[in-house]
Amino acid sequence: MDIFLQQVINGVTLGSVYAIVALGYTMVYGIIQLINFAHGEVVMIGAMVAFTVITALAAGGMPPLAVVLVGTAAAIPVCMAIGYGMERLAYRPLRRAPRLAPLITAIGVSIILQHLAMLVFSRNVLAFPQIIHVTTFNVGGAAITSMQIAIIGVCLAMMGGLTLLVYRTRLGTAMRATAQNQQVAGLMGIDINRVIAFTFVLGAALGAVAGVLYGTYYGIAQYTMGSILGLKAFSAAVLGGIGNVPGAMLGGILLGVVEALGAGYIGDISDLCAYGWLAGLLESQCADGGHFILFGSNYQDVFAFLVLVLVLVFRPQGLLGERVGDRA
Amino acid sequence: MKNSKLALSLLAASIALIGCGEQKPAPKAEQKAASPAAEAPKPAADAVEVRIGHAAPLTGGIAHLGKDNENGAKLAIDEANEAGVKIGGKAAKFTLIGVDDQADPKTGTTVAQKLVDDKVNGVVGHLNSGTTIPASAIYNQAGIPMISGSATNPKLTEQGFKNVFRVVGRDDQQGPAIASYLAGEKKPKVVAVIDDATAYGEGIANEVEKTLKAANIKVLPREKGTDKTTDWKAILTKLRGRKPDAVFYGGMDATGGPLLKQGRELGIKAVFSFGDGACTDKMQELAGDAAEGLLCSQAGIPPQAASKTFLDSYKKKFNVDPILYAPFTYDSANLLIEAMKKADSTDPAKYLPELQKISHKGATGTISFDEKGDRKDAEITIFTMKGGKIAPIAVVKGGKTQSYEEFLKSR
Repeated sequence: MDIFLQQVINGVTLGSVYAIVALGYTMVYGIIQLINFAHGEVVMIGAMVAFTVITALAAGGMPPLAVVLVGTAAAIPVCMAIGYGMERLAYRPLRRAPRLAPLITAIGVSIILQHLAMLVFSRNVLAFPQIIHVTTFNVGGAAITSMQIAIIGVCLAMMGGLTLLVYRTRLGTAMRATAQNQQVAGLMGIDINRVIAFTFVLGAALGAVAGVLYGTYYGIAQYTMGSILGLKAFSAAVLGGIGNVPGAMLGGILLGVVEALGAGYIGDISDLCAYGWLAGLLESQCADGGHFILFGSNYQDVFAFLVLVLVLVFRPQGLLGERVGDRA
Repeated sequence: MKNSKLALSLLAASIALIGCGEQKPAPKAEQKAASPAAEAPKPAADAVEVRIGHAAPLTGGIAHLGKDNENGAKLAIDEANEAGVKIGGKAAKFTLIGVDDQADPKTGTTVAQKLVDDKVNGVVGHLNSGTTIPASAIYNQAGIPMISGSATNPKLTEQGFKNVFRVVGRDDQQGPAIASYLAGEKKPKVVAVIDDATAYGEGIANEVEKTLKAANIKVLPREKGTDKTTDWKAILTKLRGRKPDAVFYGGMDATGGPLLKQGRELGIKAVFSFGDGACTDKMQELAGDAAEGLLCSQAGIPPQAASKTFLDSYKKKFNVDPILYAPFTYDSANLLIEAMKKADSTDPAKYLPELQKISHKGATGTISFDEKGDRKDAEITIFTMKGGKIAPIAVVKGGKTQSYEEFLKSR
């Protein structure tokens, strides 16, 4: 049971980072129906910038928490600028183009950002300086670290803040109006360009924070880290219903848990020796406690996409998605 | 990026050189070969010139290691010249022809061909497995014996070439070595083996598992990540429930570091052990304090464990300490010279049989070759992380473990 609990704790931690990244996908999709594949790279750049700043400050003797906060504070504006830049330069000129054009542009932007990061930072794995002392707490036999609590806390706070922003402020109302119908929203006096640009900037800021959290959690950052993280967060957004803010949060956390449990148990489940009649067929392998494992835990990354496929087949609009014919 | 551009232009330059003038590099070598001879007091008419080729990267990221290798070979050759070796009744004059393979497989074959064209009697090198393997085919065709002091990839001696030797251990000897060290010193009851699903990681993990099972130690079902895995928590959580006393990971430091860090965060107290892919100081950077006490293995012995005579004369001659493989290239060059002395000939066809059955006490211990050209009972060194640096603690040789201090004393 403690193992199960541990897997769930790990899953929720990772899942809440997925959720933050997924918000970036879902907000942009909600407003202009564009899957911004470059969002994962924004997260990566956030981690890289924070890494550089934190490394530079780590030796300075500032309190660790302050160093991380300064690193995050440096990463956010950089990512916001990138978010604004890509909307302004790559997507706005294509806003009236067929939907395939901006999608392919997004893939292009993603490749450009990735290689830029490789040139600016390094092609090697960068190690986050180990400045934060992690305390481990024991909860019913499972270990939960102060870092995990902080990550979950920060993510929940950001989700809460974003929900308030979208549903309780004038700007949020403008965003929802633009999402419903750009032309009509424009006629009502909403500056659509500003609202769309703001959405990108907001998503990028969330992405920067997610990048820092992810980087400090695992202690490493690399220029390739954004692509798989982005794809998983995208799957999370689709799982929750793309374009739907609470859906992205639910989808992210769910995906994290599914992945952790999947990786934790697939080896046991696919161990053919555990099944009586199959064990008979494979007696040479299964003799004296042997194993014949069909899928090892290296299939961990498959779960996100398996979930994506299943959702698209059985509930294309996602768990919390609206039933709109022309979406998803 | 800059490096690769530099390498590219160098490559282009070398291709251009070869392309426009076959004669061009040859006179240079002639000159190199001739100049020391000119210094000598008028070589006797019956002196025999022996050319030993040496290939290693002398430019690029590991140029310092290449220079270190070349110094090792140079030391051996200078010593032989001072000693006044006679071959076939004539005074032998040894010259070293050092070439730069840029750690690039393509350049490696180009410079190998150049050495063949220069009619070298034997070759020491190359440094990297990636350059040594393609170059070995060229030396094989020309019938020139080659001894690498640092190429550890098993494939090198699996090609069936009779003229190819190495004086350093093979990658696939590491698995059994670290496993037997674990079994002997840490006496675990249950061991978890993880790999990164690459040829290297899976290979070394399989060897470890085999050796552990032979020692009657329970090995948990294999867990796998990939060479890009950053999140090991699911696997580690599962392992934690099975309470292994030791964990072995076959993979590189970029994935091994996070694995170790996350393992400790989850409260796994087992001993973590790795192959040479994760036997670097970078582990400390990636895993922080969690890296302290890890075990890992590397083929060969650290340079400071070479014989004292070698260390002293190296320091005296080059005014630096050997960095990595210099003792091995020193031994390689000496092996060529010894075999020539034994056969009383510098003709590769004549001294090659002597090389195959040689037994020579070198700077890295006694060397003899098996039928593949691998060193018999090659040493594997076990390291541990101590105060943020990997430090040698034991040497495994022929299945026997010796503490590092004992090993140092024994030579």
